[in-house]
Amino acid sequence: MITLTEVLTLSGLLFAIAIAGVFLNRKNIIVLLMCIELMLLAVNFNFVAFSRFLGDINGQIFVFFILTVAAAEAAIGLAILVVLFRERSSINVEDLDTLQG
Amino acid sequence: MFPTILFFVFSAVLLAAALGVILARNPVYSALLLVLCFFNSAVIWLLLNAEFLGIVLVLVYVGAVMVLFLFVVMMLDINLEELRKGVAGYWPLAVAVAGFVVFAIINVIVVRHLGGAALRAAPALPPGYSNTRALGEALFTRYAYPAQLAAVILLVASVAAIVLTLRRRPGVKPQDVAQQVAVNARDRVRIVKMASEKRP
Amino acid sequence: MTSMESIYLTIALAPLIAAVIAGVGGRAIGRAGAHSVTIFGVGLSFVLSAYVLKSMLVDGMPNFDGTVYTWLVSDGVTMQVGFLIDHLSALMMVVVTFVSLMVHIYTIGYMHDDAGYQRFFSYISLFTFSMLMLVMSNNFMQLFFGWEAVGVVSYLLIGFWYTRPTAILANMKAFIVNRVGDFGFVLGIAAVLHYAGSLDYSTVFAHAGTIASARLQITPTVTWSAITFSCICLFIGAMGKSAQMPLHVWLPDSMEGPTPISALIHAATMVTAGIFMVARMSPLFELSDTARSVILVIGASTALFMGLIGVVANDIKRVIAYSTLSQLGYMTVALGASAYASSIFHLMTHAFFKALLFLAAGSVIIAMHHEQDMRRMGGLRKYMPITYWTCLVGSLALIGFPGTAGFFSKDALIEAVHGSQLAGSGYAYFCVVAGVFVTALYTFRMFFMTFHGEERMDHHTRDHLHESPWVVTLPLVLLAIPSALIGWFAIRPLLFGGFFGGAIEVLPAHDVLAPMAAEFHGPAAFVLNGFAGLPFWLAAAGVGSAWLFFLKKPALADAALRRFRWVHAALVNKFGFDWFNEHVLVAGARLLGGGLWRYGDQDLIDGGMVNGSARAVGWVSSVMRYAQSGYLYHYAFAMILGLASLLMWLIWRT
Repeated sequence: MITLTEVLTLSGLLFAIAIAGVFLNRKNIIVLLMCIELMLLAVNFNFVAFSRFLGDINGQIFVFFILTVAAAEAAIGLAILVVLFRERSSINVEDLDTLQG
Repeated sequence: MFPTILFFVFSAVLLAAALGVILARNPVYSALLLVLCFFNSAVIWLLLNAEFLGIVLVLVYVGAVMVLFLFVVMMLDINLEELRKGVAGYWPLAVAVAGFVVFAIINVIVVRHLGGAALRAAPALPPGYSNTRALGEALFTRYAYPAQLAAVILLVASVAAIVLTLRRRPGVKPQDVAQQVAVNARDRVRIVKMASEKRP
Repeated sequence: MTSMESIYLTIALAPLIAAVIAGVGGRAIGRAGAHSVTIFGVGLSFVLSAYVLKSMLVDGMPNFDGTVYTWLVSDGVTMQVGFLIDHLSALMMVVVTFVSLMVHIYTIGYMHDDAGYQRFFSYISLFTFSMLMLVMSNNFMQLFFGWEAVGVVSYLLIGFWYTRPTAILANMKAFIVNRVGDFGFVLGIAAVLHYAGSLDYSTVFAHAGTIASARLQITPTVTWSAITFSCICLFIGAMGKSAQMPLHVWLPDSMEGPTPISALIHAATMVTAGIFMVARMSPLFELSDTARSVILVIGASTALFMGLIGVVANDIKRVIAYSTLSQLGYMTVALGASAYASSIFHLMTHAFFKALLFLAAGSVIIAMHHEQDMRRMGGLRKYMPITYWTCLVGSLALIGFPGTAGFFSKDALIEAVHGSQLAGSGYAYFCVVAGVFVTALYTFRMFFMTFHGEERMDHHTRDHLHESPWVVTLPLVLLAIPSALIGWFAIRPLLFGGFFGGAIEVLPAHDVLAPMAAEFHGPAAFVLNGFAGLPFWLAAAGVGSAWLFFLKKPALADAALRRFRWVHAALVNKFGFDWFNEHVLVAGARLLGGGLWRYGDQDLIDGGMVNGSARAVGWVSSVMRYAQSGYLYHYAFAMILGLASLLMWLIWRT
């Protein structure tokens, strides 16, 4: 049988890979968004696993909501990306230092 | 035993695909590998008896979100060489941070057994158990209002995405249906009275 | 409000109203209007004061101690305006208003040609008000108000001729030196308030015993007696106001002011405020032998050494100023010896004869066309007979010629000091006795140089010499009468008759006047005794020396001058007090101030704290600016770092 430890370890590794991805693809905003999706996926793994091993359906409800928010985030994020590319003709994060003021 | 093997196989593929996502040179590959990730995740979730969520993951993510990603990646003319520059120097930092996170998580899970409450085996499911039914019962009773809120969030997100990307170009001449309907004869035709003239 | 209460209020307020009218509406009412209204105000005060004194002495009216107005109450401390009218304050009121009235009249003649005529009248009327508030007060707050108000008016009047640089320097000096004294005074009042919990005289005196038993903790092992501390602080205030060494330096310079002011403020009334205050505080001072020893020694030193300076001064007003210092020293000595009554008696007689001398000097100065140097006078006797005779009366009273007012007060005072058992009384006795000789010497030196001998003024001045107008000579005559006679009537009640009643408190063990009362057989016998006493012969010797050195054989004076050049130098330099103040205190203060400005203000506050904090903020921001790169991945990295730290904390917390 699958144990909780194994699932949690899997989600931890997935999360770590996503973090590493943030560093490695720090210039490419699309891949950054993908890494964020990966992180959310890792979190969802935790919820699903605990829901299963604790016999509590509420964890899966949370996954449901997280999926909703992640979908919304991806939609808006990509929309912003499109607008951004239209403005700057680039998605290079290094060009995006408007926040510096 | 069989599910465990399946779990390890799909886990291995999942991790490999995830590494591929972050290491691929081309964002298109990244997106495709991410789709692979989601597929593997859905399988593992099925193994964990979260059938509904597994299907939703495939339908919503792979069918909608990931297609959106691919679409954007392909639509935008991205200079990939530019994006790759100077990134290689960051891998020690990435490995260090990721290593620390792994270490911390493993420490909690394996060494400390989640503070002593490690759950070895999942409880047996009652006969006739339906994951979709259980989820639906919870979602439409206790979580009715949050479900409505989630729907509103999605609506707002889609409105926002449209508003953000909507572009009005100068010189475009669209039809204004409301104006067409509201028009009446006097705006279009002017009747002028004048004396008749003799034919020469 | 009872009728007496309204009378007291009128006494205090009449000069104030007159001062406001003359000061604010001076231009509208003109010169005659200004002097009329102020003389009316002060005259009213004088008449009412005399009536009050008469009511108390003849009709036996009881003391009045009451509040007329409560200013504020804060944390149990009540600050109010109130009057304490007993024999002491009634006597002071009469003296103050009488001398003030004389000076008002005199001023008409003296300031006749001055542009600031109305201003002057306004000031002296304001002064009268302030001084009355001071002497009539029944609490420390009002006392301090009067104290500072007379100081302000004194400042204004010393600098009355504000276009003269010397006058400006002198009034600044007076003000600053008085600040030193007032600092002590305020500390003293604060100490009294702290230990007695009240500012009212009656409450404070009722708590005198508590203050006497209290100790002031300086360090864990060193404690001071609270009563000695309070008394010495209060006396420091008196030292400033009454010009005792070493805070006397302002009084000679205050002679820059017009002569009527020198007479009123810097001889007769204001400078005696310190004496009055100590006498008023007698229930406190009686309890501290240490404080009275200090008073005794300081007063004695002032009495002798300031008189010595008077011997070499050439400015006629300065001679009288030094004589004032010396006489104030006498009064202070009497305070130290617990002979408060004697001190007040001398204060009163001194007010009369010293005002007389100043006004006489002023009369001479008018005649000499504002020439004050005695070396250019001489032989004025035949030109100014009234001034001559009144001045003679004043001089005799000053040196204590038997029968004059000064004799009674000074002889009794010396006798009282002789009887004192306090530490330092031997030194004090020597000083006051030696002071008699010195007093006679400088007084008659001044007298002879001014009125006798050859006429050393230039021809132009001599041709215009004439007696002063009646407004000048009338006050001289009116002041000469009490200067000559008041001692005959006043000595018995004032010194031995228990005149002051409960106003002045003397412990039986300190009462030096009691043994004298036993031997007192009337003023006539006192005068006859005086002819046989040491002070009379010393005074006679002083007059004789003055006659010999400055009239008969001036060459002798020159010879003595050559022989004792260093003594002369010390005296001319006023024992170096001014030099010390200027080169040590002032220079030290300037050095300290400069240092504080340079290093404290510029470097530390401006450079370090003001600009430094700005620079620090700028530096921190310049560093922090690197954190705000605007790059998303930097922010993400920061978030991840924070996450990692949180994780670490969660893991290793348990």
